[in-house]
Amino acid sequence: MRRFAALFTVIDQTTRTSEKVAALAAYFSRAPDADKLWTIAIFSGRRPKRAVTTTRLRDWAAEAAGIPLWLFEDSYAVVGDLAETIALVLPPARGASDGDLSHWINLLRDMTNSDDEARKQAVLRAWDRLDTTERLVFNKLLTGGFRMGVSQKLMTRALAQATGRDEAELAHRLMGDWSPDTTSFADLIEAEDATADLSRPYPFCLAYGVEDLAALGPASDWLAEWKWDGIRAQVIARGGALHIWSRGEELMTDRFPELARLAGDLPDGTVLDGELVAWDGAAPLPFAALQKRITRKTVPKKLLAEAPVILLAYDLLEAGGADLRTAPLSDRRARLDTLLDALPQGAPVQASPVIMAEDWDRLSAIRAEAREKKAEGLMIKRRASPYHVGRKRGDWWKWKLDPLTIDAVMIYAQAGHGRRANLFTDFTFAVWQGNELVPFTKAYSGLTDAEFGQITQWVRRNTLQRFGPVRQVTPHHVFEIAFEGIQESPRHKSGIALRFPRMLRWRQDKTVDQADSLDHLRALLAQYG
Amino acid sequence: MAHAVLTLTDRGLYCAAGDFFIDPWRPVDRALITHGHADHARPGHRRYLCTDGCLPVMRHRLGDVVAETVRYGEVRRIGDAEVSFHPAGHVPGSAQIRVAVRGEVWVVSGDYKVEDDGLSEAFAPLPCHAFISECTFGLPVFHWQKQAVVADQINRWWADNAAAGRVSLLAAYSLGKAQRLLHLLDPAIGPILTHAAVENTNAVLRAQGLRLPDTIKITPDLDRKAHPGALIVAPPAVLGSPWARRFGALSTGYASGWMQMRGVRRRRAADRGFVISDHADWGGLLGAIKATGAEKLFLTHGYTDIFTRFLRDQGYDAHVLATEYGGEDGAEAEDAGDAA
Repeated sequence: MRRFAALFTVIDQTTRTSEKVAALAAYFSRAPDADKLWTIAIFSGRRPKRAVTTTRLRDWAAEAAGIPLWLFEDSYAVVGDLAETIALVLPPARGASDGDLSHWINLLRDMTNSDDEARKQAVLRAWDRLDTTERLVFNKLLTGGFRMGVSQKLMTRALAQATGRDEAELAHRLMGDWSPDTTSFADLIEAEDATADLSRPYPFCLAYGVEDLAALGPASDWLAEWKWDGIRAQVIARGGALHIWSRGEELMTDRFPELARLAGDLPDGTVLDGELVAWDGAAPLPFAALQKRITRKTVPKKLLAEAPVILLAYDLLEAGGADLRTAPLSDRRARLDTLLDALPQGAPVQASPVIMAEDWDRLSAIRAEAREKKAEGLMIKRRASPYHVGRKRGDWWKWKLDPLTIDAVMIYAQAGHGRRANLFTDFTFAVWQGNELVPFTKAYSGLTDAEFGQITQWVRRNTLQRFGPVRQVTPHHVFEIAFEGIQESPRHKSGIALRFPRMLRWRQDKTVDQADSLDHLRALLAQYG
Repeated sequence: MAHAVLTLTDRGLYCAAGDFFIDPWRPVDRALITHGHADHARPGHRRYLCTDGCLPVMRHRLGDVVAETVRYGEVRRIGDAEVSFHPAGHVPGSAQIRVAVRGEVWVVSGDYKVEDDGLSEAFAPLPCHAFISECTFGLPVFHWQKQAVVADQINRWWADNAAAGRVSLLAAYSLGKAQRLLHLLDPAIGPILTHAAVENTNAVLRAQGLRLPDTIKITPDLDRKAHPGALIVAPPAVLGSPWARRFGALSTGYASGWMQMRGVRRRRAADRGFVISDHADWGGLLGAIKATGAEKLFLTHGYTDIFTRFLRDQGYDAHVLATEYGGEDGAEAEDAGDAA
């Protein structure tokens, strides 16, 4: 664990990307294969299965620290990170351990088969042989929340440096359905046949928000599409089987049974990129309809009828088993349209239409109609561009609509986690209904650190009541809340649910009586819902 | 039942028997001051009383105030109260104030730490009936390492930076923490530069006999390239500022007890956080409280609610005292000017 804890420390102590990559590359050059494989797994979101509940961990940590559970919980609320809180409250370790990362992960995995008392003893023994940083890492593995400022992209770059392999090729190898149980470092990284796994998706090409339209050159170099509010997905038809991958690399095939027929409809060796949306026959249904589908592993018939899903395809990454990603987008798009035209009637996939415009003004006018089209705005893609690996500036841009906004009053505040521990960052907002403030949304992003610091001091002095970690505060501050969409929702007190709410501005120039009303929110619902 | 030696008023802690206040936050006739930090020594009082080690810094901050000084342990009679000042170990010249009225002894801790830092007069617990204690770090997640261990970490970081051709910027509160760090630095590694705010306090403390390593004050005409491998000691506000960027390749460090929490350190955007505080940690607070033998406890700035509840669980007669020292909790206590 020492080697991995040392890596963690170096990464944790720097904000420089180059230093993080260098530390990871050095680690990948020296660590044993089993540790390397687990490190790759951890940084690509493939964590060992959770062996104990956090409730039990809290009990054991409080007991080992000799403090009452309530004090542990209060400390956790301040620290904002469970693994860290445990590492800090425990008494100093009495021993040490030479066990490497895979040793400790195997210990965790063995625990899943033992009873509660045996688990407790194993965890207590571990804590007593690890120093504070090692404990933090061990606890992160235990609790399953491993975020330490290393993206999969950074990890892949470091792995490329350490192995001398091409970064894009490595990114592709790391995609898909593998775990340290099903492969080895040699098979995953070094084996000659990179396409051994028929379900393996390609790394998604991602876009930044558009920064400067004027710098993009003539509109004729570009191709525009609606930016749909669905689930980005790759649909893979290989070897007679269908695989559906989300951008978060989750295999979702079974959640969308209506797409299963594509295994036969699509030619073998086809990979489509597009957006899964719930479809009313002519246009996408609101995201909320799709959301009900995502949470279900098996879909009841009624839901399948209410919210049937189709793929709005906009790119063709593989045809006839050949990787097309280096071909220009205009070629890929032409082949995609030909392929989709040839599909039988009623196939659950359609081409996301290409929007042509002679100039940016015309495109801008089209973009303004996005809400009526049930879209969030436009995607603009360079006609000559390849399909990049990951997020790159230059060829693909998101050009979203300006958000809807409403002025609301902050009524509850809660402290954040991680980097925002000990700062009040999670707020509940309300609008007026007569003389009453009705909560309608939460939001926790959009302010600067300085603003959060300022509001935190204010919250401490203006708390009316505490409900556990939540503080009710004096209604005083008005914030402009921005959001992308608005929906009816029986689950919310206000009857309304927002999509992507965040704080656009702290309206210190406004008093609470100048905040908007529920009627205003309902009018937005009637117009855009 | 024992009588109350001190009571809380809207101006601060008040002793009726002697008609004086301790660390008051609004102007009063007579103020007894535990130490020179801004939240304890405020301007506007008619008369001040503090230790002789505290006065120069207080005058430096507040100007030419009317002040009397006492030596540690010297007993003064004020009205019906007997008053004496005792080392608190927080910063040089800082004191706990002991007030005895008709045999009832109350002690106000001011800010304190229990480890002897070799620069401040070392803390010693005072037996008393009632103890008014700060609890800035009154949570069981705060455990300080020995000062020598942290000194090693800082010096190693400095040496590594110097070897890599980087300047080290160590952020610390100008009064107290900065001098404690200077005292821990190994001058053999390289030159030590100081921000004017730090150097001005250095001058005051050197004048009263404190031994600090040689430092070079950073002035607008200083040749910034002429000091390779230097370490700069500066107030936290300079982190990320244009002032700091002018030094070129930098590694930044932040020295504070709050650095125990990763979240706070990441928010500060310093490369390194060094966990070192001039306040007592969890164990230090509990040990100090026990050593006073006090029956009654009052807790001020820090996690007062949580700490007080824990002390009550342990059988103490403990109460929260709503003072206006520092911040209520969290990293902004430093921003409020308290040396955490």
